[in-house]
Amino acid sequence: MPVARARLAPLIRDQDHTIGSPDAPVTLVEYGDYQCPYCGRAFPILKEVQARLGSRLRFAFRHFPLSEMHPNAEAAAEAAEAAATQDRFWPMHERLFLHQHELDHDGLLRHAAAVGADPERVARELASRVYEARVREDVTSGARSGVNGTPTFFINGVRYDGLWDAPERLIEALLAAIEPGD
Amino acid sequence: MSRPPTPAAPLAPGTPAPDFSLYAAPDRTVSLRDFRGQPVILAFYPADWSPVCGDQLAVYNEILSEFGRHHAALLGISVDGVWCHEAFSANRHLHFPLLADFEPKGAVARTYGVYRTADGFAERALFVIDREGVIRWSYVSPIGVNPGADGILEALEAMGPAAQPA
Repeated sequence: MPVARARLAPLIRDQDHTIGSPDAPVTLVEYGDYQCPYCGRAFPILKEVQARLGSRLRFAFRHFPLSEMHPNAEAAAEAAEAAATQDRFWPMHERLFLHQHELDHDGLLRHAAAVGADPERVARELASRVYEARVREDVTSGARSGVNGTPTFFINGVRYDGLWDAPERLIEALLAAIEPGD
Repeated sequence: MSRPPTPAAPLAPGTPAPDFSLYAAPDRTVSLRDFRGQPVILAFYPADWSPVCGDQLAVYNEILSEFGRHHAALLGISVDGVWCHEAFSANRHLHFPLLADFEPKGAVARTYGVYRTADGFAERALFVIDREGVIRWSYVSPIGVNPGADGILEALEAMGPAAQPA
């Protein structure tokens, strides 16, 4: 029975939202859902992990909205993409995770305005589903890579099945990926 | 935590998939042979409502269109009864059938070699069955780890397009 660990494909694409240098020795990719409580819980932990690892880490976020469970997740993902077009992805990303209970349509537009994006443009783009295909691309890549819930993490392309409930656990795994022998 | 018992041996690729009839709803049974001519994904899982299974099935539910590209049918199977499945399915808005391997308990899981006798429920096990009813891929996930859909999609792709009689 093959027990190969799920692998990320593709690793990092141009359209990915990333923080950190492409030369960083370790890349952490999260597949997440803005309405998922576990992803909300992971958000501050990931902030701390990024702060502590600094330039050694590159972080990327991809969408995996579980729309059947979370009715606002798809629109929230598309709103984040709309903000990205206005160069406000990461501020919007943070704002959405910090306001997970206000992700209805009006809430999304308020958040867009709060992070300095033009809410009318976001509203237009949400109405015409401009970013539906973009979000779907992330979901498809996640399905093919072995996403098994939200959040799912990949460290240097290999699915991380360990615990992430404290920054130390993730940091340990990330450092191990930097120096495999240790 | 006690040591998990030795994992059961799942039926291997190349084995004809044993037929079964199970309740998918209080008034409806589903038989494997109903799906002859299209690929079938059997997803055995321990129980409705447990958070890990919920995630696994929720993920599959979101990517049914990926399975649909291969005209594959997805069937979830656990030892839970039909009424339990109905409530769970409605709660999670699942768009694929959940089959009740309920009486005799776990009989189908045993047939497929994925029943955990000591626990009284199935392994988290996946089988991809081809259009002729032969198992093409099987996988038992470690306890506590959700299998994603990557292995399923690879197996479906390896089968190639339809209308290729064996």
